Amino acid sequence: MEIVYVYTKKRSEFGRQCNFSDKPAELHVDILPDPSLTDNFIDRDPCDVAIQCTQEMSEHEVNTERFDCEPCGINHVEGGWPKDVNSQEMEQTIRYRKKVEKDENYVNTLMQLGSHMEHCIRQNNTIDIYQEYFEEEEIVEEMEGQPSAKTVNVFRDPNEVKRTATSLSWHPDGSCKLAVAYSSMEFQKVTKDMSYDSYIWDLENTNKPEMTLKPVSPLVCLEYNPKDSHILIGGSYNGQIAYWDTRKGSQPVEMSAVEHSHRDPVYKVIWLQSKTGTDSFSASTDGQVLWWDIRKMSEPTERLVLDPSKKGNLDNALGAFSLEFETTMPTKFMVGTEQGVVVSCNRKAKTPAEKIVCTYSGHYGPIYALQRNPFFPKNFLTVADWTARIWSEDIRDSSIMWTKYHMAYLSDGCWSPARPSVFFTVKMDGTLDIWDFLFKQNDPTLSLKVCDEALYSLRVQDNGRFLGCGSQLGTATLLEISSGLCTLQKNEKALATAMFERETKREKILEACHREMRLKERSRSEQSKEDEAKDGEAEESAEELVACAEREFYEVVEAEMKKRGKDDKKEKEKYERKLGKTVSNENIFMFTDYLNTSSQEF
Amino acid sequence: MAEVEETLKRIQAHKGVIGTIVVNAEGIPIRTTLDSSTTVQYAGLLHQLTMKARSTVRDIDPQNDLTFLRIRSKKHEIMVAPDKEYLLIVIQNPSE
Repeated sequence: MEIVYVYTKKRSEFGRQCNFSDKPAELHVDILPDPSLTDNFIDRDPCDVAIQCTQEMSEHEVNTERFDCEPCGINHVEGGWPKDVNSQEMEQTIRYRKKVEKDENYVNTLMQLGSHMEHCIRQNNTIDIYQEYFEEEEIVEEMEGQPSAKTVNVFRDPNEVKRTATSLSWHPDGSCKLAVAYSSMEFQKVTKDMSYDSYIWDLENTNKPEMTLKPVSPLVCLEYNPKDSHILIGGSYNGQIAYWDTRKGSQPVEMSAVEHSHRDPVYKVIWLQSKTGTDSFSASTDGQVLWWDIRKMSEPTERLVLDPSKKGNLDNALGAFSLEFETTMPTKFMVGTEQGVVVSCNRKAKTPAEKIVCTYSGHYGPIYALQRNPFFPKNFLTVADWTARIWSEDIRDSSIMWTKYHMAYLSDGCWSPARPSVFFTVKMDGTLDIWDFLFKQNDPTLSLKVCDEALYSLRVQDNGRFLGCGSQLGTATLLEISSGLCTLQKNEKALATAMFERETKREKILEACHREMRLKERSRSEQSKEDEAKDGEAEESAEELVACAEREFYEVVEAEMKKRGKDDKKEKEKYERKLGKTVSNENIFMFTDYLNTSSQEF
Repeated sequence: MAEVEETLKRIQAHKGVIGTIVVNAEGIPIRTTLDSSTTVQYAGLLHQLTMKARSTVRDIDPQNDLTFLRIRSKKHEIMVAPDKEYLLIVIQNPSE
């Protein structure tokens, strides 16, 4: 059904009707050309017209339809069947298979393949080719060849007049700085133009020290504060203690008062373990050990006189040469004396008499170095006269291990912080010895001639890799040792423990034997005294004993000289044969000296 | 025909052998001791792998040819003996 809307309107209301009529054409306007207008224009002559005689072409863009790629996996479903075989139908597939199996080629191939395959199967069954044979064995790291040490850097005393580098101290964090104390240890050899300065060297720069420390009197020993790496404490030749802050400059921040300091050069100063990190103690050959708090240097906080008779008598006191303090045992400390005796002391004792706990004697000369083994604090190393000795705290009479008597005086030594069985010593002939007593006990594992003059001080850096030695002419040499000597070997701790225990036991047994023998002797002599009291046998007087000792001494010396003479003669003959002429006697001594030194150098 | 049967039976009887498949050049499993779906999987995949292995060997040295292919996995070992037309596949659990 259509929707229609009808409306009506009168004709008169929507306008008149249109009436169209025809009319002929009429000319309305005719404009004729005006030749005067041509004056406004110029003829262009010539006219450039471009003509091209080519095919006319038009440009047209086309884009092919994009080819859509999509990566996807393939799931293998049965396939490969020839067209006439429907893979779903069991019958057809079976028939096809049977047909293939009848093929001769198939039979031959399969026989061949089968035998090949059987061989491999049998192989698999017999042996597991991927069996891990050495699964549990750890890879033993071989020590790279010979132990060696090489000089990395040499720091020479920049002054004209060379002084001895008497003490070295490594910077506590990392190994970038080395503080060296310089002083002249020879009695009254200090000249007017000898400088008093000590230096802090940066390990990279050997031309100029990083910082100079200017004390009032040359420093004999110098230590960095392990807790605060800017603070150093130094003991000087005139007995005073001074401390520096590297941030504040070259002058000491404070010095101890002269009246209350030592009366002899301060040979060793060590920082103590304390909450404030400001305590230290110092030792000197005047027989005193003084404790200081660096905040108040006018007076020592405590004083100990090393009098073996325990009376605090300064005249009897033993001069202290070296100190030892282990942070794991804060109440005990040890002092090495000039007389060759190590005194073990207890800090916490109430009376001075109780402070000195016991003494260990066994050296013939001043003890230049004293250090506990960082891994076995019960054992300590002493370096003095011509030997280095290792002691156990329990055995007082003698050391448990010692090196042979060397040709030159030993001047300093220390344990390696990385390996419990390695320690280092330096000698007056300028050689550095590295000892590893788990490897070899008679001789050093490595002996290196560092310089021609005597070496006076030695310090190993905390990682055990670098060590610095100071010489008589103020040259501090920095050496790097091979990794075999500074990495802990397998079982090393156990072996070292076993060795120490063995030696300690041996000494204990010897001690017990001696005691027994002495007891027997005493009881026998007492008996014999009663029997022979009537005979009036006079005891040997002291002079006779001395004369006897002298005689024996000269005999030994002469025997040694005779032996030397024989050796020299032999060498002389060898040398003469080499040269083809006779050699005078003076040349022989030089030659034998050369031989001796060359035999010491590994 | 009988020898083939005997050979295959012998192979299957060895210690540790889990299954045996014979595949032809088109990848159709002719003979198998495993179930159908596993067989199809092994046949298709190993066929391609063997082709690849062979082409690799021949690319490196054209005189050379692939004689045997062994794939050792955590669980077992797949051994493929290839030929021009057929492929013998054996899955074995090697002795531990």
